Amino acid sequence: MIEILNVSHRFGDRLVLDNITLTLGEKRIGVVGGNGSGKSTFARLLNALVVPSQGRVLIDGLDTRREAKAIRRKVGFVFQDPDAQIVMPLVEEDIAFGLKNLKLPKPVIAGKVNEVLDRYRLTHLRHQHTHTLSGGEKQLLALSSVLVMQPEYIVLDEPTTLLDLRNKRMMQKVLAGLDQRAVVISHDLDMLDGFDRVLVMHEGRIVADGPPKAAVPAYVRMMDGLE
Amino acid sequence: MSFGLYIERQSPLHRLAPSVKLAALLAAGIGVFLVRDPLWLLPVLGMVGALWAVAQIPMRQAWRQLRPLAVLMLLFLLVHGWLTSWTLGFLVVLRFAILVLAAFLVTTTTRLSEMIETLERAMAPLTRFGVNPAKVSLALSLALRFIPLLYDRVREIREAQRARGRERSIVSIAVPLLVRTLRMANDLTEALEARGFDGTVTADAPKPPKPRR
Repeated sequence: MIEILNVSHRFGDRLVLDNITLTLGEKRIGVVGGNGSGKSTFARLLNALVVPSQGRVLIDGLDTRREAKAIRRKVGFVFQDPDAQIVMPLVEEDIAFGLKNLKLPKPVIAGKVNEVLDRYRLTHLRHQHTHTLSGGEKQLLALSSVLVMQPEYIVLDEPTTLLDLRNKRMMQKVLAGLDQRAVVISHDLDMLDGFDRVLVMHEGRIVADGPPKAAVPAYVRMMDGLE
Repeated sequence: MSFGLYIERQSPLHRLAPSVKLAALLAAGIGVFLVRDPLWLLPVLGMVGALWAVAQIPMRQAWRQLRPLAVLMLLFLLVHGWLTSWTLGFLVVLRFAILVLAAFLVTTTTRLSEMIETLERAMAPLTRFGVNPAKVSLALSLALRFIPLLYDRVREIREAQRARGRERSIVSIAVPLLVRTLRMANDLTEALEARGFDGTVTADAPKPPKPRR
């Protein structure tokens, strides 16, 4: 369970999140909003990458202000640009990176890496240099490198924005099959169709909250009204 | 863009322990500077070439690694030939070629994770002087990961500036590159945090499954 309690956040003088209170228990939660609405900052709250200026964020009772390390084991984070997330030169080395940070024994790391490579059909790319991968392969690698850590929650910040239609569909299929609870920041409204709940953000506040059938049209109306 | 990074093959050199390869490279580095006759270095160069064949790396690949440095070597040769002697020029160029090819041979036959593991072990005694082997090895990994990425960014920016008719302005490339690099560094810091890096890792690498026959 994710609890966001009276959370506000400022970057300097700019208020980017304005007194948000939410409880997130659904398996698939989408977050939509215009540019600068606070979506990415909201996503970063959930992995303790951003600690709120005011209020508290609790992940299964753990406070992001004090338990960042434990929370990062629980909550995986996939960035919009996979190039920002991939830190190792080879595919298999990048998948192993997070496991090495947990100081797991070598055979355990090897087993988990092989399993993830196999599950996401990346085995043929295991020795490939990460900078030579296509956009879709990079995004899949970024996701696999997070999933290999077996997080309980996964937060994805616009995972399909940089992808073409084929890779977008592939990513949607992978996301649909995930066991984890997922919070997905997205501009892709079609993607939110099968979700349990959609939050609409505007100027740092949640202005609509409900099932996709109600929240997405509210978002579209809001964006039309801003034109 | 290639920087002599790992190429997967099933060769004896790939199976050789990284520590042995690095020690041999160090020995070669010292050895070539002890030899003063270029004629003695020719068979050494041939031997390094043979090792490339043993490693099953095509000569085309070796040439691709060496090609960007060929101009530099030609410059060395000409400067030495003009200012000192052609013999010294050939000696310098042969030393350089042997070392570059040997170093590339080590990097193309050794996984980075194995190399880092070896370097971390070698650096372990330095921890008492405040050196953090995990951070040093991460810096090395990140350099190898991000140099090609930065090269791509430079190419993108150059294309964008060319489209705007500012082909020869260094400032118009350097400023956006600096901004993008700083942003990339910021994103990378977040990614390292999100992926649990705390600077205390000891190197460990996954072993690939045995090839199916």
